[in-house]
Amino acid sequence: MKLSSALVHSLTLCIFMVTLPHAEHLPLWITGLCAMLLLWRVYLTQTNSALPKRWLLFLITLTGVAAIAAHYHTLFGREVGVTLLMLLAVLKLLELRAQRDAMGLIYLACFVIITNFFYSQSIPTALFMCATLLVIVPTWLRIQAPSLNLKPQARIAGTLLLQALPLMLLLFILFPRVQGPLWGLPQDAYNSTGLSDSMSPGSLSKLSLSEAVAFRVSYADKAPRRDQMYWRGPVLWNYDGRTWTRGTTGYSNPPRFTDTGQNISYSVILEPHNKRWLYGLDTAATLPNGARMSTDFQLFSAEPVNARIRYEMSSNLSYHANVDESPSQLHRATGIPARLNPRTIELAQSWRSAHSSDQEVVDTALRYFNQQNFSYTLEPPLLGENSVDEFLFGERKGFCEHYASAFVYLMRAAGIPSRVVTGYLGGEFNALGNYYIVRQSDAHAWAEVWLAGQGWVRVDPTAAIAPERVARNLAASLKDNAALPFMARNPPQWMSKLRLNLDAWSNQWNLWVLGYNPERQFALLTRLGMEDVSWQKMARNLMLGLALCIAAYALFMFKHQLQRHRDPVQTTWLKFCARLAKAGLPRAGHEGARDYAERIAQARPAAAASVRDIAARYVSLRYGRMPGTAELIAFKDAVRMFKL
Amino acid sequence: MNHTLHNVIRQVEQVIVGKPLQIRYALACLLARGHLLIEDLPGVGKTTLAHVLARTLGMQFQRIQFTSDLLPADILGVSVYQRDSADFKFHPGPIFAQMVLADEVNRATPKAQSALLEAMEEQQVTIEGVTRALPNPFFVIATQNPIHQIGTFPLPESQLDRFLMRIELGYPDAQAERGLLSGLDRRDLIARLAPQMGSAELLALQLQVRQIHVSDALLDYVQAILKHTRTTARYVHGLSPRAGLALLSAARAWALLDGRNAVIPEDIQAVLTGVAIHRLQTTQDSQNSSAEALTHELITAVPIP
Repeated sequence: MKLSSALVHSLTLCIFMVTLPHAEHLPLWITGLCAMLLLWRVYLTQTNSALPKRWLLFLITLTGVAAIAAHYHTLFGREVGVTLLMLLAVLKLLELRAQRDAMGLIYLACFVIITNFFYSQSIPTALFMCATLLVIVPTWLRIQAPSLNLKPQARIAGTLLLQALPLMLLLFILFPRVQGPLWGLPQDAYNSTGLSDSMSPGSLSKLSLSEAVAFRVSYADKAPRRDQMYWRGPVLWNYDGRTWTRGTTGYSNPPRFTDTGQNISYSVILEPHNKRWLYGLDTAATLPNGARMSTDFQLFSAEPVNARIRYEMSSNLSYHANVDESPSQLHRATGIPARLNPRTIELAQSWRSAHSSDQEVVDTALRYFNQQNFSYTLEPPLLGENSVDEFLFGERKGFCEHYASAFVYLMRAAGIPSRVVTGYLGGEFNALGNYYIVRQSDAHAWAEVWLAGQGWVRVDPTAAIAPERVARNLAASLKDNAALPFMARNPPQWMSKLRLNLDAWSNQWNLWVLGYNPERQFALLTRLGMEDVSWQKMARNLMLGLALCIAAYALFMFKHQLQRHRDPVQTTWLKFCARLAKAGLPRAGHEGARDYAERIAQARPAAAASVRDIAARYVSLRYGRMPGTAELIAFKDAVRMFKL
Repeated sequence: MNHTLHNVIRQVEQVIVGKPLQIRYALACLLARGHLLIEDLPGVGKTTLAHVLARTLGMQFQRIQFTSDLLPADILGVSVYQRDSADFKFHPGPIFAQMVLADEVNRATPKAQSALLEAMEEQQVTIEGVTRALPNPFFVIATQNPIHQIGTFPLPESQLDRFLMRIELGYPDAQAERGLLSGLDRRDLIARLAPQMGSAELLALQLQVRQIHVSDALLDYVQAILKHTRTTARYVHGLSPRAGLALLSAARAWALLDGRNAVIPEDIQAVLTGVAIHRLQTTQDSQNSSAEALTHELITAVPIP
């Protein structure tokens, strides 16, 4: 049987829709090849031409596979697997000959849907995949029932999908989960942005342009003040005159906090960033499960964060940290490269000799930033070899990394132990979900100095130049904020409201759909009243639920049939027809009682009279005017007595 | 079967040989108070059928030959000034007859056609502000010539809907044609026919048709047919509710012709060709199928509930 061109077109559309999202990350030549093959197929259908010969298809397939192997240097792995699948799905379209091929393509299209979730599991992706189902299912129906019009087709497809919904929910809730993903996704699955373990002029200001979410926080009770929301990330010790790096950090000397207070607990949903840092408010009191704290108070997870994770922790907002810091660490915190930035060193030493206490030197430095006409900008000028000198005495324009860097340099030159801390500051409150969104644009750098008797103290030089950065947000602190992305400036209110709405949705999605792990499953099932949850029990309940669903559908489907058979006249008549059918004379569905009786009478003259009689009784009972019970009984008797 | 009806059919069959089904269709159409459209080549006996029917049923008969210069007044009538009485006197047109044969209706302009079709629909005509009722019973047989369509105005689909049935006569079979050729002249034959019933009797029969019983089970069947035509991709448009009504009233008349007082599915199937098929537009690939093949296809596709 030749497939109709309408069917081929909708099959082409199915394949086009399921492969479309892959165009974003597949090599350009594969995307181009697939597009060309699809267009070729559309052209062949339009012009009603013959399909390409088998040897030609074989040649294209072979060349394609060889090219893919050459491109990736392998034929295994996720990337290659998906690419091959795309190519073969599109090629399959070119050898649609029988209904069997069409069915195969439908299954293939359903399978390709899954591969899209390797790359993105966001709400838009899920919605788009639902939309592809709305094309695939009617196409499948078109194969099964080609005579149906578009409207009933859409109605039936909708009903089918709606019927699948409870089954889907059951499977989602009850299917036993395993810890971690079923198969490990390779490292290259994530190209995420975030803080790194080094900082050079421009690195943070570049990061500030990204609107990507770094993490979301919800506080157990009251949120802290904005100027306390310092999320600690990488701590940088070593400076080579241009770039700050972490150096080596160990766990050998655990941090010692004294005089702690203002405990606050919260949970964080951290987006994958491929590094091991976990972010917490200064400074962590109880650590997330499996996390460790380094000597300089950084939090590390055991593995790089390459999937979205959620953790609970608490912090003390007031503290004295490492009042008895080891001399080696203090020595490490005063190193600066020799022969660079002579004017800065001169200035620091003049402060040093003018003031006796370290605190006074710190204050002098902050005053200096505040009063010497420094400005805060996202577009700082480029700096040369003596970058700190040029910054402090030349342009005096910079972003937070410039200030933190220059400040720490000044402190070290004055002999005060200090280090650069990078992380995030503040966040945007989402009233809809009652949580804070911290974006890459909230990335920040500040300084920590060690003062005798107080330990490590946070000093934010940016606050001396642009206090709004700390009190409000980045947009408020930049005078000319044209360089910022549109949404980070001051967008119209409805737009920021919409964005918060969408973010609240995706937060729920992350929490309940993507983050539905064994713990959450356990918690939900316990709350639903299931006792001692085990996978055996879940599997049993799952089977039971599925069976119940299917039984309910079956019952619903048979209801019509049951209703029809409740009519005694029709029941008796169908019984009569069934007996004749057994004798080799079945009634065609469209055959009326009288016509049927005539046919039987022709075939079996002996039974002609009784068959005609029964048919006449049936006709008058079913189509006649107000038949009585006596007629019904007579009809039933006649059928019972009937012998062929 | 009703004795009078039986006589009617027998008498008509004497003149129109070999066309029993078409005769019953025409009669059913008349009994159901619908109008009939015959579409066929010239010379197959369209006019004769109309003549014989009128004669046998005792109806006044008028024939209007439609031409391209036919005006509505030629159909409906016209008022003419009378010198002696100094006022206008209405001269009724040929439409004022119990049976009207509108011959080659597609030759006239749409204006003349619509005058006829309006009269059919309303069973009354309005001329110069005065509404005049048409006789009762009133029956129109229109004929349409499917070839030589140059310079004609074929009735549009919407106008075709005004006719209860559309039938084709076709050539007679060899035996019937033999009888036709060897027999007497048709005109002499018709002149000799005696009316088998009067107007009053015909009106009573029409009333009887309307009282034929239609059960719920049968309505289920009709609805199943309508639904099938609307849901399959075979047809451009499904049957309209008006088509459903036409199907029922034609089936009622068919049941009466068969001597029953209730409609059965076989009646619906019997009138389907005449009533429904010309209202269905099939999709391209089946344009050349015959009406019989289409009917068969539709009937077998819908099981009787």
